[in-house]
Formats: sequence, C-alpha cells, structure tokens
Amino acid sequence: MKDRTKYFAYPYMVWIIIFIALPTFLVLLYSITTKESNGLTTIQFTSENFRKFFQPIYLDILWDSIYLAAVSTAICLLLGYPAAYIISNTHISRRNTLLFLCILPMWMNMLLRTYAWMTILGNNGILNNFFAFLGLPRFNMLYTRGATVMGMVYNFIPFMILPIYTALSKMDKGLLEAADDLGADKKTVFRKVILPLSMPGVISGVIMVFMPAVSTFIIPQLLGGNKSMMIGNLVEKLFILNGDWNFGSAISIVMMLIILLSMSIMNKFDVDKEGGARLW
Amino acid sequence: MVKKYLSKIYMGIIFIFLYAPIIVLAVFSFNESKSRGNWTGFSLKWYIELFHDHDIRLAFYYTISIAIITAIVSTIMGTIAAIGINAMKGRQKALILNVNYLPVVNPDIVTGISLMILYISFNMDFGFNTMLISHIVFSIPYVILSILPKLKQLDVHMTEAAMDLGATPMYALRKVILPEIKPGIITGFLMAFTLSIDDFIISYFTKGEGVTNLSIVIYSMARRGVRPTINALSTIMLTVVLLLMILINKRNNGQDKSKKINQSEVYK
Amino acid sequence: MKSKLILFVSILCLLLIAATGCSTEEKQTLKVLNYDIYIDKSLLSEFEKANNVTIKYDTYSTPEDMYIKVKSGASKYDLIISTEYMIERMISENLVNKLNFDNIPNYKYISEDFKNHVYDPNNEYSVPYFWGTLGILYNKTTVDASSDSWAMLWDKAHAQRIIMMDSQRDSFAAALKLLGYSMNTVDERELDEAKALLIEQKPLVMAYITDGSPAIMVNEEADMALVWSGEAVAAMSENENLDYVIPKEGSNIWIDAMVIPSTTENQELAEKFINFLCTTEATLRNIDEVWYSTVHTEALEQVDEELLNNPAFNIPREDIVNMEMLRDPKEFINLYSERWTELMAE
Repeated sequence: MKDRTKYFAYPYMVWIIIFIALPTFLVLLYSITTKESNGLTTIQFTSENFRKFFQPIYLDILWDSIYLAAVSTAICLLLGYPAAYIISNTHISRRNTLLFLCILPMWMNMLLRTYAWMTILGNNGILNNFFAFLGLPRFNMLYTRGATVMGMVYNFIPFMILPIYTALSKMDKGLLEAADDLGADKKTVFRKVILPLSMPGVISGVIMVFMPAVSTFIIPQLLGGNKSMMIGNLVEKLFILNGDWNFGSAISIVMMLIILLSMSIMNKFDVDKEGGARLW
Repeated sequence: MVKKYLSKIYMGIIFIFLYAPIIVLAVFSFNESKSRGNWTGFSLKWYIELFHDHDIRLAFYYTISIAIITAIVSTIMGTIAAIGINAMKGRQKALILNVNYLPVVNPDIVTGISLMILYISFNMDFGFNTMLISHIVFSIPYVILSILPKLKQLDVHMTEAAMDLGATPMYALRKVILPEIKPGIITGFLMAFTLSIDDFIISYFTKGEGVTNLSIVIYSMARRGVRPTINALSTIMLTVVLLLMILINKRNNGQDKSKKINQSEVYK
Repeated sequence: MKSKLILFVSILCLLLIAATGCSTEEKQTLKVLNYDIYIDKSLLSEFEKANNVTIKYDTYSTPEDMYIKVKSGASKYDLIISTEYMIERMISENLVNKLNFDNIPNYKYISEDFKNHVYDPNNEYSVPYFWGTLGILYNKTTVDASSDSWAMLWDKAHAQRIIMMDSQRDSFAAALKLLGYSMNTVDERELDEAKALLIEQKPLVMAYITDGSPAIMVNEEADMALVWSGEAVAAMSENENLDYVIPKEGSNIWIDAMVIPSTTENQELAEKFINFLCTTEATLRNIDEVWYSTVHTEALEQVDEELLNNPAFNIPREDIVNMEMLRDPKEFINLYSERWTELMAE
C-alpha cells in the first residue's frame, strides 16, 4: 500500500527533467562549446570560456559582488536577528501581526520600492531637502556603494527575519527555564542555548539573502548608478549586448557552483542536520 | 521594563526602515505634479488616470492572473510531488531534491536565460504560456520546500492507523495527511503568489506577444520617469493586501487563541 | 495509481502542446515590435478599426534584445521598428524583406536627408521613423557651454554632477569624438586612449544612466548629462533652465526605421501600416507623444512653434552633415565591451 505513494512524484520528475535539468544542461553545453558551434551541426568543445573568466578583471568583478553580498548579508543578520528575537518573545496575539508587517513590503513591487528609495536619497530628494530645511549640509547618498548595500539590505531583510523567527519560535521554552534553573545568566543562556538552537534558521536566512544578493543587478544599477559592474550585470550584458552566450553561460555555471559551494559550507554549521535552506 | 521599551523602539526603527519607501510611494500618489519627490499639492488625478490607462491595467491583469494561476498550479503539483518525494528513500530522493532545488539556488538571471534558451530550442512562441510556465517552474520548488518539513513531522503511524481502521488511501490522504500539512500548503501558496507577482528578471526573458507584467512596465517607464499612476496602483494594492492581512489575522488569532490555551494547559 | 500517472503525464503533454501551438483568430493580425514608449497608442486602435484587423503590439528596450527574439524566430513579427545599425545587421543576415513601395506612397514625405544612408544604401528595406542626435543636456544657470566641446563633460568644477550613459557605444562616442577619432573605430590604440579618458572622468561622474537622466536634470540634481535629443526635448519642456548642445567635435546621428522581418505572413498589411504611420496626421500625433525629431517634411512644417525653436528638436542641416552614424558592431563589439568592463571595474 505505502509503496505506491512515491509514484505521486513521477509526473513532477518528468517536469523537472524538461524544465529544470534540460535548461541547465543547455547552459552547461553552451559554456563548454565555442561560439562557432552555435547553430551548426558540428560541435567543438572548449574550456576557453572558463579560462577567459579566470582573468583578473572578471575575478575582480566576482570578488566585488561576493564582497558586497557578504556585507549586506552580515548587516541583514545583525539587524534581523534581534528583530526575529523580539518578535518571538512577543505575545502570541501580536506575533502574527508583526510577522505580516514584515512580509507585507515584499508584496509591493521591488522595482517601485527601489525607485522610491531614489527619491528619498537623491541630491534634491526627501532626506536632503529635510536636512537643508534643518540647516544641515546635504549628503551625497544616492549612486554610492553604500546605497547599493542599503538597497540590498532593504530588499532581503525579511528573508533573514522569517527563518530565524521560525527557528526561535520552535524552541522549547522548557530548555531556557532549565538552563536558568541550573544557574546560567542571561548571556550564557543566549550563547549556549538560544544561539545554537537558532542556527538552522540563521543558516536559512544567510543563504536566502546571500544568493540573490550576489547575483542581483537591478539594485547596483538603480541605486549604485552603474558605477561598478556586478557579476549579474556582466552576465546580462554578455547574453544580450554581446550575444556571447558561451561566455555568459560559463559565468552562469560559475555562479551556480559558488552558490552551491556556499550552501554546503553553511550546512556544515547545521548541527541538527535538518537539511537545506528552508523558510519554514 | 527598559528592555521592553528598547525592544519597541528597535522594532519601530526597523518598521520605519521597511515602510519608508512604501509610505513615500503612497503619499506621492496623491501629489499634484508628476514629481516623485517634490510635493506640490493634493490631487486624485493619478487615480483617475489609472482608470483610463490601458497599458497599466493590462499589465496588472497579466501580473495578477499569472500569479494566481501559478500559485494554484504550483501548489497542487507541489503538494502531490512533495507527498511522493517524502515516500522516497536514499539516492533517488536526494537526486530529485537536489535538481528540484536548482531554481531556488540559481540566480534569477541564470534561470531566466536558461528557460529562454530552452524555449528557443523548442521553437516555442514566446507569450503568456512561456511566462506562465516559467513562473510555475520557479514556484513549485518553494511549495515543496514548505510542505516537506511538515510531511516529515507527520506521524507515519497515523496514516497506517487510519488505514487499519478501514480508510482507503485516498480517504487517508484527504482526511489525515492534508489537514496536517495545511500550514505548509498555505505557506507554499503564498510564497508562489508573492514570488510571481514581483518577478522581473525571469519574466523579462520569457515574455512576448504583448504579454507583460507590472515589473516590466515599470522598468520600461524608467525612460520618461515613472508616472505617479503606478504609485496610485501600488497604493490601492497595498490597501487591499493590508485589509486582507487584517482579516486573515483576526481569523487566525481566534483559532490560535483556542489552540494556545490548550497547549499551555498541557505544560502546566 | 497508474491511471493517475497517465492522467498527469497527459495533462503535462497538453500544456506543452498548448504552449507551442498557435491560436486561430477570425481577423487578420498584425504583429508589431517597437521600442518602449515610441508610438501614440491611439494610432493602433485607429488602424485596427479602419482596416478591421487586430494589432498585437510588443515592445523592447534595447536593439540587442530585440535581435535575439527575431534571430531565434521565437516570435514571428510583421513589422519591427529599430535603429539603423541593427537594421544594417538584419539586412546583412537576410532577416528582413524588401519593401514594395507601391504600397507605401506616403514614402514621398520622407526627407531626402534620411535616405541613401550606409545601413540601407538603396532604400530597399526600410522607411525612416524618427531620428535624433547624441548631445549634452545641461543646466544653463550653472554650466558655461561656450566651449561647445565634449570637454564640458570632463570639467572638474562639476564633479559628481555629471551623468554619462550606461550605453558603452554612446559614452565611448563622446570620448572618441573629443580625441578626434571615429566612433566606429576598431583601432585598439585609439580605443585605449578613449578608455583612459573615460577612466579619468569616472571620479567626476555621478552615475551611468541611459534612461532616467532627464528626470534627474529636470529636478536639478545634476548639472549635465549625456542624452539623446528626444530626451532633451522632453526635459527642456519641463524645466526652462535646461538647454541642449551638440559639441563642435561632432556627434552621433541616428535614425530609427521600420522594417518587415522575413518571417512575416502579412507583408501587404504591414506595408499598409507603414503607409498609415507616414501620413502627416499620424506623424504629428506621434511627435506629440514621443518628442523625437521628425523625418517627415510635411509634419515638420506643421509642428508647434515651440518645438521648432528647440535646438534638440530642430537641428540645422549644416550640423547634420558633420555627424557620424553608428555601424553594426557585431564583429568588433568585444573591443568596446572589454574596455567598458575595465572602466566599470575601476
């Protein structure tokens, strides 16, 4: 009887093969063939596309993207953890409200919210006009790397708060009481009990923020003024502007591998082996 | 008590941060001039123009309809798939889970481009269908990820017990499994809807035939400056969603309260 | 269970077939592909009613992503409006059909200045739609434009209040012209010089923006911006402190034109639509909506006084002769792209 249940997954397996495995395979194929192979019947394999990527200029771009994404993730963690903690300690009747309020911004169009930040941060924008009104000097906020980081933190922080909250809320309060009874002070309780138990949530959060942060190109474009090229911009330009699908595919594969690698590193911290990035 | 105040202040700051642009958007939807940063006076003209703007309404229609269809189809397919995957073991399970993961893990741009390459290779006409399929592709994994943990928590013996008591597998599914994983299903549905409604990059690479969505329209308006009509639309959407959330919240709080009372009794 | 499996697989197959299949319509359909915000939409409905057809209107933001769609044959369009260097490429790759000008009598209204150009030397494949130039939009009250030179964009006095374009060819054009080189050069030495100049400029640049700089200029958040003339016309109408200059070293002139892709099944209907767009009435309505300079001799005479006085809209013929057109960069795009990437990485 029970054996049959797994057949439920078979239609999805067909779907996966067509719409996930096959496209990925095509990208892989483009990444290891030459430009001349495209559209012709003769396929020439090459590692040229990957070798091209391992030049200082492209590695710099990759490193810069990783760096900005890491900074944004760290800030999300620093700001998001306390928020998640506070929400998990709120009375249950108000908890859902707080959570909904955290999620609600995600329902507003991301582009639009980013445009709104442009009007807030601009030279003649809302903040600067306010400063001028108070007699303070104007600050150059928009089109800076700081603005890009802020934009990323803004867009992704709900993805950090939610999984940490979930982990914290599932925690057995009895454990806290026990630690307290055994003489641990608040700090130790946090360090030795709460923090480790919330780790799966932290891991989920870090992954869910780092992944899109490393590959985004809209936020550096709109808020950063296009002054630095991110790896997402590079891939987009290669596919569209240059028509160089081969090199673009190679970089896409590299991006995939980096993310898979960082996920497996993060999962090493997952003591409970709850497995993988999850929101809930 | 200081801690309570600090907590409140901290959350207040976080919410100001989260809602600053949204409030700006809403306020300037009532602005007299086209300017998105300079207030010149109160006016409802953008809301009126919204009713006449065919393009934005069309984009809104496509965005919502694709989001709803995506959410429904993804949830159904994802639930069935999750139930099946949960019953698998070992290598097969790991393999299917990892491949399933790819759209979650892949940067949007890689997913978008790889799907574009796929459609081109199959000589498919770009349009509503390609965008819809693409949205479903990246949504189902999230649905599965929301449901699997709930399935794992599910007491295996409950299903067996139900069937021992004479239930058919279908009945056991409907009356035992589904209710238990309902929170996961709802979460998955909401996730699929949210992701679809806001998607830009993947839609950009898989659109065609006049089918477009809000994000793409907004992006294309960048040339002339985003008109406050979009602000008006966003404010309306925000209000609707807010009302929905308040309603759902009230319902949930009612249910939760009774659940929590029972649990706290157990702990005592 | 097995029947369920078959059911699901067949539903999947149906979905796939539906996706690849074509829909049948009773009326003839005209599929048009154009730049974003580049037409008066009411013209579409007018043509639809007058000819009892349906128009499926699609837009794109850059010529390159349009090229991908057309090259892959993903969507079969009947009419495409694009820019001259991309049309040059499409002609060389046999992606467009020759036009039957018997069906386009209104072609007579197109000014001779816009015919016989290098991208379509014998005027067989395209009909001009709008044209424009690349220049500097600047704030009269803060910027001294008497130098009339591209060097304005390198003025340290305006550090962080200068906007360049995210478009590599346009930004490179400014640097190349300042150095006295062609904007289509493939000479690596010249390109390296231009790149060095752009790197020198980078600390002065507020942002690299292709769309959206007019709004910033109107808001007076920057002093000058590299823009296309149509954007300048729109911006100047909203803020009278703004002005437009085409530097003396020469600049880029571009022409957007209408072509019929070879995948069309409605050539005659497409030609009819081109003819319709070439009527004075339709052109005037388009000008009102789009604000770019017109190729239409009759329309030019009937345009608003204000527009005629606008230096971004009405460019003297002597200036046009000095300008350079962009060529299809397909063979040499890497020379520019690599240097642009290096500029960005600074």
